[in-house]
Amino acid sequence: MTVRFTSKKPSRRAFLKGTLASTAGVMAGAGAANAAGPDPLITEKQDWAMGTGDGVDETPYGLPIQFEGDVIRRNVEWLTADTISSINFSPIHALDGTITPQGCAFERHHSGAIELRKEDFRLMINGLVDTPLVFTYEDLERFPRVNKTFFLECAANTGMEWAGAQLNGAQFTHGMIHNMEYSGVSLRTLLEEAGVKPEGKWVYVEGADASSNGRSIPIEKALDDCIIAFKANGEALRKEHGYPVRLVVPGWEGNMWVKWVRRIEVKEIAVESREETSKYTDTLEDGTARKWTWVMDAKSVVTSPSPQSPIKHGHGPLVITGLAWSGRGAITRVDVSKDGGKTWETARLANPGQPMALTRFYLDTEWNGEEMYLQSRAMDETGYVQPTKNMLREIRGENSVYHNNCIQTWWVKADGEAENVEVS
Amino acid sequence: MSKYRNFLIGSALAALTASPALAEKYGIGRPALPEEVAAWDHDISPDGTGLPVGSGSVEDGEAIFSENCAICHGEFAEGVDNWPKLAGGDGTLADKDPLKTVGSYWPYLSTVYDYVRRSMPFGAAQTMSDDDVYAITAYILYSNYIVEDDFVLSNENFLDVEMPNAGGFIVDDRETAEASFWTEPCMKDCKEGEVKITMRATVLNVTPEEEGAAEEAPAEPAAPVEEAKAEEPAAEPVVEEAAALDPELVKDGEKVFKKCKACHQVGEGAQNKTGPMLNGVVGGPVAVIEDFKYSKGMKEFGDSGETWTDENLAAFLSKPKDFIAKTKMSFVGLKKEKDIAAVTEYLKSVSQ
Repeated sequence: MTVRFTSKKPSRRAFLKGTLASTAGVMAGAGAANAAGPDPLITEKQDWAMGTGDGVDETPYGLPIQFEGDVIRRNVEWLTADTISSINFSPIHALDGTITPQGCAFERHHSGAIELRKEDFRLMINGLVDTPLVFTYEDLERFPRVNKTFFLECAANTGMEWAGAQLNGAQFTHGMIHNMEYSGVSLRTLLEEAGVKPEGKWVYVEGADASSNGRSIPIEKALDDCIIAFKANGEALRKEHGYPVRLVVPGWEGNMWVKWVRRIEVKEIAVESREETSKYTDTLEDGTARKWTWVMDAKSVVTSPSPQSPIKHGHGPLVITGLAWSGRGAITRVDVSKDGGKTWETARLANPGQPMALTRFYLDTEWNGEEMYLQSRAMDETGYVQPTKNMLREIRGENSVYHNNCIQTWWVKADGEAENVEVS
Repeated sequence: MSKYRNFLIGSALAALTASPALAEKYGIGRPALPEEVAAWDHDISPDGTGLPVGSGSVEDGEAIFSENCAICHGEFAEGVDNWPKLAGGDGTLADKDPLKTVGSYWPYLSTVYDYVRRSMPFGAAQTMSDDDVYAITAYILYSNYIVEDDFVLSNENFLDVEMPNAGGFIVDDRETAEASFWTEPCMKDCKEGEVKITMRATVLNVTPEEEGAAEEAPAEPAAPVEEAKAEEPAAEPVVEEAAALDPELVKDGEKVFKKCKACHQVGEGAQNKTGPMLNGVVGGPVAVIEDFKYSKGMKEFGDSGETWTDENLAAFLSKPKDFIAKTKMSFVGLKKEKDIAAVTEYLKSVSQ
């Protein structure tokens, strides 16, 4: 005998209430300790407090509530010829903590996200090994398992910003990144099962999709910390992230994390595939290009306030927050500047930095409407300090696309809005 | 810098001590059969290892390229729209906007053969013969003025071809070239004078709009079906056809159409992209869209008075190159009859 409200559509009454509430919010934000009048959200009985909500099986696999519908991956259409060989961006401006939910973790495909069943999955290890082997998905589940959290950053993240401030939002400037907790088998375990011959210096890894996206990885890295992963954040990988199995290459550029991985060949030399010669190489000022630039340098960005996440409350306490990471190890410190890099203060790390994983930082501060040139600067355990864009340009010129780990500036204006700028 | 070195050495030692001296085997998996290795092991190394026996000429390559590659990469490998340019760019690598092509940038020819054979044409990967791949590779070389028009490329002379930018690469030198980034960071008075804005992103206005994203998403898939239904009572002559549309099939067809989307647009505001826009294609005349450059074969098919009947469309979609010998459509074809039926239904629905 339960009374059930189905108030999917906002009524005029609810709308009015909402307006009142938000007005009250602004006033409170302006520093007033006392409300102007009783808050109807408190003094009036609300629908949700009287009826009931959805039953347990309403959504057998849940999506975020409708009010969070704008926290989604987004694409910059002019970047690529079509969406099948393309990239989109994680909504990092709207997330907190460090784990990226799979459903909004950015995607990069070279010939589309394929659908490969576990039953149809085969992984081959061949080349300079004692016994070439084939594994099924079930085989992989029987090896000793590892579980670790790592960031994956596309080498092209922030690549559009080399020549100057271009895209107005942390999602677009820094959203080719995600951070997940992976379960799988150490690549070392599988290579040892096949028996790597002494002359094996590289592994060449390829995917089952049409692009195959083959990449060469030095044997030292392959035997160090790479994972053949089949779960992320506790559940199966999503199709767009390589279901059922992908390679995890901690701290190294995302392109090497081959999705739908099907073959690993131990070789004496690098294959010099398309993805490691014509792409993912870094052209310097004189036209020479760096190759094998695998590791992702230390980097950070303020995710809020930022252009897509302006300050909406009034003056007074403000939480400045952001993400920091390094492919060389753990983040040890993040500094924040409000004046475009003239003076810095050290932010608080939410948790001690973990090697090659995102670190969340907070700066709990005061803001009274003054303009800010907001920056963050990461340091990792090797002593590397995130450089300015000008420092990078001095060494690399402006012809590179990849590996732009420069300090980002948001111009926060008196009204709390923010814009992507470059400063002197 | 020294700090960093020590760190690396430290972690290398840790890795060594953490691993067992003798690797334990679990006996999981099975030996790969030689046929299986042969079926998948196709990578080709810069030293030529992996090259199949075969050959192909620039002359043959020109025709094969025109038929299979030009739709995205241009007749002269100069590139169409945002698709990769494969030729040109000689001497631009030090310019502000370097043009990186096979001729101006790629250091190894093996990469071209390897990539074309395993991943091209887009949407029909692994359908070319080894000789065709030699011919295409030869034509790309010719487009870049690296070989003459009578050149024949084979596994025998492959390594003799000199790539112009072979010496243009250095191994990652960040640890030395950027050693100054390992430093003690400045905290106060780090810049002289007033900090000023030198560039603003909003001036460019290239950031995508965000509004409406949330509401649009769920509504989208249902839209074509609704449109089809709405037409039913209004347009008398097409009532039968409209009524015959199966919403489930339309829905399936929309999924199948994802394979086509890279090249074809449909619906309101559809334009020619790599392929012609497809509004009204089902039941309509062949090769009639102005401003679209059809293949000779497609043009002839249209000139013969044929129309895109369900049967013609099904035959074309199952094996495009068998149906229209010289079609530019590099798509390999839809294997399943139900996919063809579904995509046809979808095309009907968006055309109404």
